[in-house]
Amino acid sequence: MTDLAWIDGVLRASRPQTVSALLRYFRDLDQAEEAYQEACLRALKNWPVNGPPRDPTAWLIMVGRNFLLDDVRRRSKSEALPPDEMISELDDAESDLAERLDSSHYRDDVLRLLFICCHPDLPATQQIALALRVVSGLSVKEIARAFLVSEAAMEQRITRAKSRVAKAEVPFETPGAIERSERLAGVAAMLYLLFNEGYSASGGDVHVRVPLCEEAIRLGRLLLRLFPSEPEIMGLTALLLLQHARAAARLDADGGIILLEDQDRSRWDRKLVDEGVALIDKALRHRRPGPYQVQAAIAGVHAHAARAADTDWAEIDQLYATLERLQPSPVITLNRAVATSKVKGAAAALALIEPLAKPLAGYFHFFGLKGALLMQLGRADEARVAFDRAIALANTAAEAAHIRMQLDRLLRDIKIPQ
Amino acid sequence: MLYAILCYHDEAEVMSWPKEKDDAVLAKRAVVANKLAAQGKLGPVARLMPTTAATTVRSGREPWVIDGPFAETKEQLLGFYVVDCANLDEAIETARELGRDEHGALEIRPLRLFMPGSQTA
Repeated sequence: MTDLAWIDGVLRASRPQTVSALLRYFRDLDQAEEAYQEACLRALKNWPVNGPPRDPTAWLIMVGRNFLLDDVRRRSKSEALPPDEMISELDDAESDLAERLDSSHYRDDVLRLLFICCHPDLPATQQIALALRVVSGLSVKEIARAFLVSEAAMEQRITRAKSRVAKAEVPFETPGAIERSERLAGVAAMLYLLFNEGYSASGGDVHVRVPLCEEAIRLGRLLLRLFPSEPEIMGLTALLLLQHARAAARLDADGGIILLEDQDRSRWDRKLVDEGVALIDKALRHRRPGPYQVQAAIAGVHAHAARAADTDWAEIDQLYATLERLQPSPVITLNRAVATSKVKGAAAALALIEPLAKPLAGYFHFFGLKGALLMQLGRADEARVAFDRAIALANTAAEAAHIRMQLDRLLRDIKIPQ
Repeated sequence: MLYAILCYHDEAEVMSWPKEKDDAVLAKRAVVANKLAAQGKLGPVARLMPTTAATTVRSGREPWVIDGPFAETKEQLLGFYVVDCANLDEAIETARELGRDEHGALEIRPLRLFMPGSQTA
């Protein structure tokens, strides 16, 4: 292990806190990033010689802050009007810096930085791209690869997103309790999107996208360290851990999707499962159920079953019913129908999803499940129609291939006229 | 003499390690641990889950439960137990029982890895 590799790890770990503290001082994303870059360069020069500082994050913030302060002073000499207001504020900041570096003070900074990235005016993909660039420090090239777009297009997307959030004027005062919980909810939703961006990938690009899942988990843990008593953040992190635990088992060698019930469960990452379950345990003690906690609990029930046949479907059906109450949505009802089909049979499940035909008319999974249920009921012709529709709506080659496989099975087993 | 060797590291950094790095560090440590084990000198080894999975029970007349790790600097680490509990509630109950009528804190950390050890003394 070289010195530089070691420093790289430290810099990466302290980036969210450092950039968000610098943003508090300078209130400008580009300046904060520039100061962070400068601090990193100095760390790379300084640390191999002098050894690592006791608190690397505090060191980076101090160096980055002084760099920008010098810059401001330099410019104020050459410009007619010195930004007095800014300088006096920075001097105040200096006196209580040591105190503020306590991790409890970072938390609103980091939350603000993440929250700025998930501004409601930004489409989801821009939110994620911005967070990956600014908070996680991924290069534009890395992000472009993950989103399957050119580097130039991604550069433009991030620049546009930055200029939009610059106008958004997110307040820098310490947020009140309600404001804070709204920000947390927005950030949680963004992390969930980030994870799904990595998770829903299939085929050849999977290796590129796995880092997105890992990054979402890393940020989830970071949020949880800063806000240790938020059951929904526990639930979200647990959900991400439990889903990511299945990563090695969910695609076959050709990039095809392996359904949960067909996965080789010995390939699930037990450590991630255990951590997810521990977090659900913590969350449930608060008796404040929320959508992430319930979804994590559902993933936990799956993780608990050593074989697919051992799955407690009645429990999952119950949990989906709770989720429907908390967050009514046709997609959740559709998911519930899978559990219902196991507990009460395909006919009951079909009855549950029939009213969804209109809201889910363009939804691949609706027709996939409908086809599978009809197939179980021996209604082969109708099943085929549903499967054909599903193939037409498939988003990825792997999705289409999966339906084709079922269709082949249908044709083989039932021998319907072609 | 039995010694406990407690491992400290920047958690955010360790959790940021790619899997290969984590595996390499574990393998490096395993070389030392295996040598000790062969000599019958290795006691139990545990790797804790991250502090995000921690819960702290403050003991006292009215014990209370706090999410997260023990974060005060006034007290020092004086000992630990490894217990097998069905769930967090049972672990919290156990910690309460252990800390009864004391003024201190008991931090509960699920284990990520546990090896019972081969120490013979």
